[in-house]
Amino acid sequence: MKPDLRAKILGVELGNPTILASGIMGVSGAACCYAAKNGAGAVIPKSIGPKEREGHANPVLVEFDKGFLNAVGLPNSGVDNSLGEIEFAMKNSGVPVIPSLFGGTKEEFGMVAEKLDTLRPQLIEVNLSCPNTQDDFGLAFALSEKDAGEVIKLVKSKVRAKVIAKLAPNVPDIKTIARAVEKAGADAITAVNTMPGMAIDAKTGNPLLHNKQGGISGPALRPIAVNCIYEIYKAVNIPIIGAGGVTHGEDAAEMIMAGAAAVEIGTGIYYRGIDVFRKVSGELEQLMAENGYATIKEMTGVSHR
Amino acid sequence: MKMERPQIAAIKRVEEEADGIKTIFLNSSMKARHGQFIMLWLPRIDEKPFAVSYASKGEIGITVAAVGPFSEKLSLMRAGEKIGVRGPYGRPYTLAKGNLVMIGGGYGSASLAMLAEEAARKMTRVKFILGARSKSRLVYVERIKRLIGEENLTITTDDGSAGRKGLVTDALKEMIAREKIDKIYACGPDKMLKAVASIGHEAGIPGEISMERYMKCGFGLCGHCCVDPIGIRLCVEGPVIDFGTAMQVKELGLYHRLKSSRKEAI
Repeated sequence: MKPDLRAKILGVELGNPTILASGIMGVSGAACCYAAKNGAGAVIPKSIGPKEREGHANPVLVEFDKGFLNAVGLPNSGVDNSLGEIEFAMKNSGVPVIPSLFGGTKEEFGMVAEKLDTLRPQLIEVNLSCPNTQDDFGLAFALSEKDAGEVIKLVKSKVRAKVIAKLAPNVPDIKTIARAVEKAGADAITAVNTMPGMAIDAKTGNPLLHNKQGGISGPALRPIAVNCIYEIYKAVNIPIIGAGGVTHGEDAAEMIMAGAAAVEIGTGIYYRGIDVFRKVSGELEQLMAENGYATIKEMTGVSHR
Repeated sequence: MKMERPQIAAIKRVEEEADGIKTIFLNSSMKARHGQFIMLWLPRIDEKPFAVSYASKGEIGITVAAVGPFSEKLSLMRAGEKIGVRGPYGRPYTLAKGNLVMIGGGYGSASLAMLAEEAARKMTRVKFILGARSKSRLVYVERIKRLIGEENLTITTDDGSAGRKGLVTDALKEMIAREKIDKIYACGPDKMLKAVASIGHEAGIPGEISMERYMKCGFGLCGHCCVDPIGIRLCVEGPVIDFGTAMQVKELGLYHRLKSSRKEAI
């Protein structure tokens, strides 16, 4: 029998478990639709903030031998200008659209979330990996259980949508942060955002990213992500969406077996083309058939047995 | 192995094309084709896309007009200075057989001059319509004449300071009325591209345009150059697109996206 590739997250049904990750491609509603047309089971547009931001100068993305480094700098047209783009994707993509949001303060998160919620998305993802501008060191919200929890609590109070907290991998114990956001009311967790990294041009000594430092994505991030998912699965009772270096069907299976209900794909678009979603789904389906899995749910968390 | 990161290259020489328009030649083993672009990096300043305007063994050329802070710095650079380069990126033109018309607006004719080179090598007949605001802004005139013959070049300027006064599209319409054209190629300002694609589409003549939008990564990940409403990435599925696709790109001639992604009317 053909395996059932459908994934369900908080009651929202996806035709397949691959989701366009926030930060890659989804600048516009049309770009999100293009990913959906190429097989994505759901799409997460680029994170939207309180006001227009240009992001960093180029280069914003550079490759290394096991992945990419990025510091795009959260460019976006601001929440008011972005609502039309999200609406376009919701109307035309044919798949669930999960708006992603960020802020520099808790209040900004709350304000953006409230505005996005007027579009009645079923799910929203909270990007906690941006710096807290009120913190003395500009520490990212995702690095502090207190900050992460407070943001989620405030966002929850502003929206009808179910709230997904996107966590950062570079913390001493990701279980603590996961428990904090669960306690604050998060309905699900995305694990993980990129890992801090840097690359330097050896001929001139110049950092290659204009922002000098950035985040690692792609194959190098995958084992880190799988480990985080495995840890979080043990710590909380809410669903997990895996993210980090999924490029092939086996990678998706790995994350699902560690505990993910679905997986996000971003950098994989570079390695396998925009139809990476369709390719990964096809490979996952075959892997499931060969190994006797009928559903994604059945495969979720099997490595914990 | 090709890695998506800038490689440091030396500037070989700089040539003046027209008023304030220069071509910078770099030592590079890159094999770039017409319609493709490369990213040039000035460390700690920025990195921007440039259409390849010359490519031969061991060297590559891009033509730059000083229009902003980046291109101003770039056009002041001299032979021997170093710059970061990566690419080439994007889909080239597809050279057809038969009677071809190429339409270049402003220094948008860079990629078409390279296409004309391939046509000349293959003995394909080319008529070139070269347009600019005024005589001093015309580029590649001698280069194109050498490739296709003076009699096949029509020059138009907005102010009539060279060639005929008027738009490239006026010359195109006359050509379509006069003879059978097998394929049209165009590169230049957005509104010109929209007009050319519409004229060609209506006349049932196939063609390709090279479209320009704000690009960041250049290799299909950042999504900044996705066009409405079909969402294709101009850095990968373009920048050269056929007339059929161009007619689907509703933003052509109407708006583009700024660095933030906010839309701005053209």
